[in-house]
Amino acid sequence: MSANAPPPLALTPQQLQNRRMRNLAIGISVGFVAILLYFITFAKGLAVLQSSN
Amino acid sequence: MNDERHEENAAGATVRKLTMTLLEDARAADAALGEYAAGPSEFFSLMKPRVMSLVVLTALAGMLIAPGSVHPLIGFASLLAIAVGAGASGALNMWWDADIDRLMARTRLRAVPSGLVQPSEALFFGLTLSFVSVLFLAVVANYVAAALLAFTIFFYAVIYTMWLKRSTPQNIVIGGAAGALPPVVGCAAATGSVSLDSVILFAIIFLWTPPHFWALALVKARDYGRAGVPMMPNVKGEAHTRLEILLYTIVLTPVAMLPWFTGAGGRVYGLVAALSGIALLAMAIDLYRQPFGEIANKAAMRLFGASIVYLFALFGVLVAEHGLGLINRWGL
Repeated sequence: MSANAPPPLALTPQQLQNRRMRNLAIGISVGFVAILLYFITFAKGLAVLQSSN
Repeated sequence: MNDERHEENAAGATVRKLTMTLLEDARAADAALGEYAAGPSEFFSLMKPRVMSLVVLTALAGMLIAPGSVHPLIGFASLLAIAVGAGASGALNMWWDADIDRLMARTRLRAVPSGLVQPSEALFFGLTLSFVSVLFLAVVANYVAAALLAFTIFFYAVIYTMWLKRSTPQNIVIGGAAGALPPVVGCAAATGSVSLDSVILFAIIFLWTPPHFWALALVKARDYGRAGVPMMPNVKGEAHTRLEILLYTIVLTPVAMLPWFTGAGGRVYGLVAALSGIALLAMAIDLYRQPFGEIANKAAMRLFGASIVYLFALFGVLVAEHGLGLINRWGL
């Protein structure tokens, strides 16, 4: 590690908590969209790859 | 030639703004680790949740008055995409307008000007959601709806926010087209095309926007003046603004009755549109005749609040009539 290297990030407990909550929100959102798309394939049936109705 | 120069200036301003955003962020991150300050609620606030609720309601109305029927799950997913698209344009608006939001009492506590969210985070958030919402709508609904949603985001973020807002007192009149498009997008999501009824809903929101925003601008004129935003009261004066509010309301009231004539709205809609239209018109006349000062401000805020209730009532009744099948079931 060189002498000019920047000091390591030191986050406050609040910042760590916020980062955790953000990651959780992104994870839940992505999971929800994945599940939604899965069920939409049933709703669209054979037309699942046709986006022109 | 002037147009070309203007476009060059606009492009230059955009590049400068992007560069400034990145430089400011690098400085801020070095100095205060600010990029870790915001939680999910601050990012959610970038999406302007209250505006999103209105977008969802109007898009749902556009979807329900469309001919034919849409699968509930596809309808829900389409509404979600439209809501996220609206939120994305809100985030891009907050990124671009952070400098003037900082100067206005009404907006200085927003996530970007207050420093909770870094400008580049708002920009990245807005761009990501724009891309995802348009792609998602194309997959779950159709390309027409997705293209209309992309146009709506572009119109609000670029045409209104970056260009019109700071350059003309007609900013919210022309920019209002972006806010008026969700029923058209909703209709396109359900049918793959644009119906006359959805265009009428577009016209209602388009004509509703000037009285709604100018009523607020009358009260917040000093705020807008401090930020250098050329709202109608700051440029043409209060008396002229009140006259224009009245004129737009006079046109809006009969246009809001059109869905009843075309059959998109039932008798309940006709009754609500007529009664609430008369009430809104009475408030616009009252505002026009008020002297200046505190009493006029109260009249303006009354009209501002009533205009929100008016639009929610119109579209709420449309949704209830179609969603609950009242028109078909009771011949309403």
